[in-house]
Amino acid sequence: MSENSANKFYSWIDERFHITPLVEFLKQKEVPVHRNSVWYYMGGVALFLFIIQVFTGILLLLYYQPGVDSAYESVRFITTKVSFGWLFRSIHSWSANLMVFVLFIHMFSTFFSRAYRKPRELTWVTGFISLTLAMGFGFSGYLLPWNELAFFATKVGTDIVGAIPLIGESAKIVLRGGEDVTGATLTRFYGIHVAVLPLLMTIFIALHLLFIQRQGMHEPEKFQKLPDEKKKTMPFFPNFILRDALLWLIVLNVLLFLSVFFPWELGLKADPFLSAPEGIRPEWYFMFMFQSLKLLPPHIFLLEGELIGVLFFAIAAIIWMLIPLLENKLGIKNKNVIMKIFGIVVVGFILIMTIWGYSV
Amino acid sequence: MGANRRRFLNLVLGGGLLGWLGSVFYPVLSYLIPPKNPEAKVNSIKAGLVDDFPADFGKILKFGRKPVILIKSSSGELKAFAATCTHLDCIVQYRKDTKQIWCACHNGIYDLKGRNIAGPPPKPLEEYSVNIVNSEIVVSKQVVS
Repeated sequence: MSENSANKFYSWIDERFHITPLVEFLKQKEVPVHRNSVWYYMGGVALFLFIIQVFTGILLLLYYQPGVDSAYESVRFITTKVSFGWLFRSIHSWSANLMVFVLFIHMFSTFFSRAYRKPRELTWVTGFISLTLAMGFGFSGYLLPWNELAFFATKVGTDIVGAIPLIGESAKIVLRGGEDVTGATLTRFYGIHVAVLPLLMTIFIALHLLFIQRQGMHEPEKFQKLPDEKKKTMPFFPNFILRDALLWLIVLNVLLFLSVFFPWELGLKADPFLSAPEGIRPEWYFMFMFQSLKLLPPHIFLLEGELIGVLFFAIAAIIWMLIPLLENKLGIKNKNVIMKIFGIVVVGFILIMTIWGYSV
Repeated sequence: MGANRRRFLNLVLGGGLLGWLGSVFYPVLSYLIPPKNPEAKVNSIKAGLVDDFPADFGKILKFGRKPVILIKSSSGELKAFAATCTHLDCIVQYRKDTKQIWCACHNGIYDLKGRNIAGPPPKPLEEYSVNIVNSEIVVSKQVVS
């Protein structure tokens, strides 16, 4: 397209949709440059991985058939018969894991830079909800190949829901589509994985991005205190976007390397009448919860240990999500230090429990 | 009078809105609850010839839709229990090395009487009765005292 026809096209669009103010906004948008700028890129990487998930997910949908007698077989067909099927399935699995990993880094970098505070409370909340949705994607997608590990992980995961007081049992039956994990569960998880979660995720990502664009990038306290002439910034477009694109390219290469050299295994087909195999584990991002539940005694103060564990994680997640609001309500002194210690304790707990889970 | 009329209209419209929301969400929520799937009630199953079942061995059997573990101890005693771990629903197995029933998911351990003795399981496994009829093992759902 020549410059002239590009200008004509722009004018044609602008006449109808008045996009000039938006373009001007993007032109003026600046990104702070400081020693922690690298964390600004994590959200973009997560978004890139989500786009890959949507793309490879659509490709897998073309051959995948939910059902006790067809799910495992169709995934095996994808990985053994369809051209590059093994690659797309492997990319889908690796990308899902990398996305959750990057989201965790994004969340903790936001936490430690204290970017969640006013006026970005809702950016934090929408980001946290997106992470839980990503974990929901992982949990629901894990079952779809209907293999042994996935079957037991789903049994355990949905049974945990049953431990919630009052509504737990009904929620478990709704989630499973019956009393047990069966073909009905598979169909429900399929619907959740390919329709419900993508819709919710798109809404929350859109809100998250809208808030970020509206409020601009967070500036760390040290940066804010600098005199204006010492504040280094770079234009969002094209400088930051091009750096983003370069990082996306690197991530794509890492993803392809992992997918090609460490293709995702399918395992054995699920059999509801076989014992849980030795060494059964959930996905790594659920490991800290899995390990904690493993350590709890059967009863704590007349209540079942499992119930205490589930309530603990549910309350912890709500507190974590509402941190920006609670921090002010509680009127904590020395917030910077206290929150840093709190964050270190949370990261330490997750890391220790995860490593412990893999070492036994 | 005007304020009363406004209040009345707000009540009618608000009530109407609630009723409308109920009429939308009630069918949706009802749809999400799966209908009860009637199954033929199983009271007992045949688990094969007693001579074919080796000692110091455990096997998962289909008892209707439920898994049941049948164990023959080293001494030759036959026992059967619900194979679903009372902790988080995984299926247990018999371990020859420890002579115990073990759940691989969260390291729950039961003894050969089905009692939860270690790990997170909060309750013992439900026991089924085992009888031998014409050299055949019959597992029945009867409360074993």
